[in-house]
Amino acid sequence: MKKRTPLSFARFWAIVIKEFVQMRRDRLTFGMIIGIPVVQLMLFGYAINGDPKRLPTAVLLADSSQFGRTLLSALKNSEYFTFVREIHTEAEAEGALARGEVQFVVTVPENFSRDLLRGEKPAILVEADATDPSATGNAIASLRTVLNGGLRHDLTGPLAYLAATADPIDLRVHARYNPEGISQYNIVPGLMGVVLTMTMVMITGLAITRERERGTMENLLSMPTRPLEVLLGKIVPYIFVGYIQVGLILTAARFLFHVPMAGSIPLLLLAASVFIAANLAMGITFSTLAKNQLQAVQMTFFFFLPSLLLSGFMFPFRGMPGWAQVIGEVLPLTHFLRIVRGILLKGNGFQEVALQLWQIVLFALVVLTVGVKRYRKTLD
Amino acid sequence: MTDSFAIDVRGMTKRFGEHTVVNGIDLQVRRGEVYGFLGPNGSGKTTFIRMLCGLLAADAGEGTCLGFDVINESEAIKRQVGYMTQRFSFYEDLSIAENLDFVARMYGIPNRRDAVRESIERLGLAGRQKQLAGELSGGWKQRLALAACLIHQPKLLLLDEPTAGVDPKARRDFWEQIHDLAGQGLTFLITTHYMDEAERCDRLAYLSYGNLLTNGTAAEVIAGAGLTTWLVNGPDLQEIASRLRSTPGVQQAVAFGTRLHVSGTDADSLEQAIAPFRAEPCIWQQINPGLEDVFIHLMGRSKDNFSL
Repeated sequence: MKKRTPLSFARFWAIVIKEFVQMRRDRLTFGMIIGIPVVQLMLFGYAINGDPKRLPTAVLLADSSQFGRTLLSALKNSEYFTFVREIHTEAEAEGALARGEVQFVVTVPENFSRDLLRGEKPAILVEADATDPSATGNAIASLRTVLNGGLRHDLTGPLAYLAATADPIDLRVHARYNPEGISQYNIVPGLMGVVLTMTMVMITGLAITRERERGTMENLLSMPTRPLEVLLGKIVPYIFVGYIQVGLILTAARFLFHVPMAGSIPLLLLAASVFIAANLAMGITFSTLAKNQLQAVQMTFFFFLPSLLLSGFMFPFRGMPGWAQVIGEVLPLTHFLRIVRGILLKGNGFQEVALQLWQIVLFALVVLTVGVKRYRKTLD
Repeated sequence: MTDSFAIDVRGMTKRFGEHTVVNGIDLQVRRGEVYGFLGPNGSGKTTFIRMLCGLLAADAGEGTCLGFDVINESEAIKRQVGYMTQRFSFYEDLSIAENLDFVARMYGIPNRRDAVRESIERLGLAGRQKQLAGELSGGWKQRLALAACLIHQPKLLLLDEPTAGVDPKARRDFWEQIHDLAGQGLTFLITTHYMDEAERCDRLAYLSYGNLLTNGTAAEVIAGAGLTTWLVNGPDLQEIASRLRSTPGVQQAVAFGTRLHVSGTDADSLEQAIAPFRAEPCIWQQINPGLEDVFIHLMGRSKDNFSL
């Protein structure tokens, strides 16, 4: 029998003390221990709302009679809809939905008032951007009540008989882009952005800190190099890695989840390259800020958390309060989600995605500039 | 004419916060010279070398390195200097050949493939070029590091403790190679803790607490210290040593294996001090002090002068 050393409280206690001392020295980890619950509380407690209200709605008013106005004000006064603009042509309505500027377009047809008064149940067309079914579901459900309720105010006196009918109007809802409300259509393309955010930031996040930890940085700095050469040299190889992930997810989206691919795949690949580069730039900048690899991983996590929660991937973007939307607008994932969903589900072309793409480019440039400035050419 | 000097700097100073790590060092190293840089750990040797090759920004100082301004022209200096770091700093997950190829590309060497192949052959690494650097033993890592530092044909090599952790045979081979290269006109600045290596240098400098205490050839350094040394052989040397250390006139009593070196700067008072001990059954013999005696002396003296 092998003789075992008996358990010693003193040795156990030595380890406990050592861990506390090391914890106190590692400020960033300590900050994370405090910071993560605070951030989570803020995000889940205040920012996230699965039942978005006051969704931007445009109205195409072909009948400028009293009842058309009534419907408009009914929408304005409702919880779920915010009237943002009046539009005048079908093409304009199409564009506003495709670019994601409005969630709904309500069309009041010509002769609406006349048909209503004749009791002919005129049609009201509501087109919804249903790429994210959870963002529009409750609003659509409330539509009938909102519109009928508004009309009922006007249908008084001799018109009261109209209000008494179950439905004075014929409400037609077109859930555009995802008519069956299949959530995979929304989630699987979005996942492409989430996966890229997580892996790309992490990969380059370790790039500089690893050189520093292994001592190879000293060697690299003693050679005649410029910061941009080092940073770009570390970014480019991983764009290819990112493309492998994109290919994997696109294949799965097509063959496993049968996600519609309405738009141009080359355009999506172009947008993906910009998005990948932005995340790699973010990672490499973390890498210049972090003292070691652990800190780089922690920073990645700190970036990933809001990206996941505030980008509109998990929860409807429009359900968040203003401050959270502002943060969300900064994150490249927010814009990439709009691009990828726009291209695949809405069939968006370059025109519609250009604005989103530009914002990702801007993010990448700002972040890379910080990285180049922070990259130290000396060991000081 | 600065041209005969590979390194010619004055007043090089580096501070980290309140702490002055290198304190106004002047150094001149001639072209083709093997210059030894000695001093205890933390004396500022590495910091000084890093300032020379632009890895650290000097807080003060001026001069030239290979004819380029040491403060403003570090990019040009980097192109002509090979720097071998104290810790192995090539990529452990690249093979020998891949590491060399990387370095060759970084310096934009023409005929890169040939340069890499020649470098591998010259260093006798031919059979192992596909081996990962991380799998190499200390001696082979050191050979690889030297090969990589030489690939861009630098004029000056800065070697920071190149032989730390390397076995005696490999150390001897390494120094032979250094003298070969110096014969071809390369200049070396080498830090070391080994006395035998110090003796192989053309000239030496000794640093302590960021100050340059002495420099010159080994003989000059020894003579400059003005030390008188007695060699003691016999029983109970430990006990004699501890008694000697508290005797005025004796500045140091250091055990060298089974013998004792007793030294002092004033020959007469040293002789008086040791007189009572000579009655004991030991053999006393006056010798020429060696470099190690001098360095231990310098270290002890500098503590009095500079430490707080």
